[in-house]
Amino acid sequence: MLAIIDYGAGNLTSVKLAFERIGASVLVTSDPAKISAADRVVFPGVGSAGSGMNEFSKRGFKEVFRDAVAQGKPVLAICLGMQMLFERSAEDGGVAGLGILPGTVEAFNFSAESRIKIPHMGWNSVHFNQQHPMMKGIRQDDAFYFVHSYFVAAGTPAVTIGLTEYGGFKFTSISGQRNLFATQFHPERSGAVGLQLLENFLSWDGQVCC
Amino acid sequence: MLLKRLIVCLDVRSKRVTKGIKFKGNVDVGDPVEMAERYCNDGADEIVFYDITASAEKRPIDIEMVAAAARRVFVPFTVGGGLRNVVDMRHALLAGADKVSLNSLAVEQPDILHAGALAFGRQCIVLGMDARRVGKSLHFPSGYEVVTHGGRCPTGLDAVEWGRRAEALGAGEICLNAIDTDGMRTGYELEITRKIADAVGIPVIASGGAGTVEHIADAFSTATADAALIASMVHSGEYTCSGIKKELAEKYHLPVRLTSN
Repeated sequence: MLAIIDYGAGNLTSVKLAFERIGASVLVTSDPAKISAADRVVFPGVGSAGSGMNEFSKRGFKEVFRDAVAQGKPVLAICLGMQMLFERSAEDGGVAGLGILPGTVEAFNFSAESRIKIPHMGWNSVHFNQQHPMMKGIRQDDAFYFVHSYFVAAGTPAVTIGLTEYGGFKFTSISGQRNLFATQFHPERSGAVGLQLLENFLSWDGQVCC
Repeated sequence: MLLKRLIVCLDVRSKRVTKGIKFKGNVDVGDPVEMAERYCNDGADEIVFYDITASAEKRPIDIEMVAAAARRVFVPFTVGGGLRNVVDMRHALLAGADKVSLNSLAVEQPDILHAGALAFGRQCIVLGMDARRVGKSLHFPSGYEVVTHGGRCPTGLDAVEWGRRAEALGAGEICLNAIDTDGMRTGYELEITRKIADAVGIPVIASGGAGTVEHIADAFSTATADAALIASMVHSGEYTCSGIKKELAEKYHLPVRLTSN
């Protein structure tokens, strides 16, 4: 069973429907015990880091989530879910993250003259810089849908799986290690290629070796 | 590089998609959800559903249709029409919509933009703006006036000023629909589109008047729009989204998302 963690984040419906579309049976749950019992876990997210972390802790997800990652279950984190995996976020005046991956979350900072818009919203290409089983059927530089104002500054290049360029600046758009795979973009909103990535997740055994 | 978006607009009336000229003489062109799915598979980057009779019939937006669309559309989609308050907006977003478009309501109660942005984040809030060319004057420095109710009601607001104010209030995107060219297929109103794109720091969607791929290319390059909204071009069957994007890429060298199927 695939469990989607419900901690009040905004995109639960679309993530659930996208998985159902590709034939998965999905449980959306706010019960930590059900997360523990699941074979694979999805950590979605839309909203701000402050309220996200707050709700996540309040509902008792921190421990079960860490356990799921430690047990080697395939875990997919999306958007704010990915950002919450890191040590600290600059959003909402500074928020401590889960610290599962090394690095921080910073605000995009472009000069006013550059006229580069924030949030970074729309379709942008993703360049994989590591071979990964989650890439199956996805071409190098395929476009995915993004909406975010903060980005991950990875603490080590090893946790960056994919990169995206915005306003002349390259940021980590896919991160992860071992059984953990996280995207800054929204696969559930990225058309056929997004559904392909979700399908890859359903068949992924959590190993990165090719 | 961030890509230019091609958005397909579906005007829904009594659960069917219709297309008119300047908001009049609507003809039935199909089932909204089926059409949306087809357009997505053909490479549309986003879909907009306008429940165009909701306001007139004094009913909320057709949530059933929003929920049905959410099961079959896996690109971002926006819904508009019949949204009266934050509660209606929440229902639409919970049913699976990614963004809500506010038009007349934002003119009547500008604070709704602020309330919406506060509740859902500004990326969910699209200001739909219908503008009509009135000529430059003291009251209308841009030469365009904001109108509502399909162009029937002038508002006295200058289009550029309203765009700036809407951004300050919380709009995350502006869909600028030129009333004079809507459905005419003679090209977008590039002048006002460019003026608004220059005046605000949020994405601007050109709408109203696309008839050829060159029109869309002009909206991106001349008017610097971030996205272009089309309806008749694809509803008529004359063009496909994939064909349009291929031409935008190959002939006009514009950055667009090309899909393999």
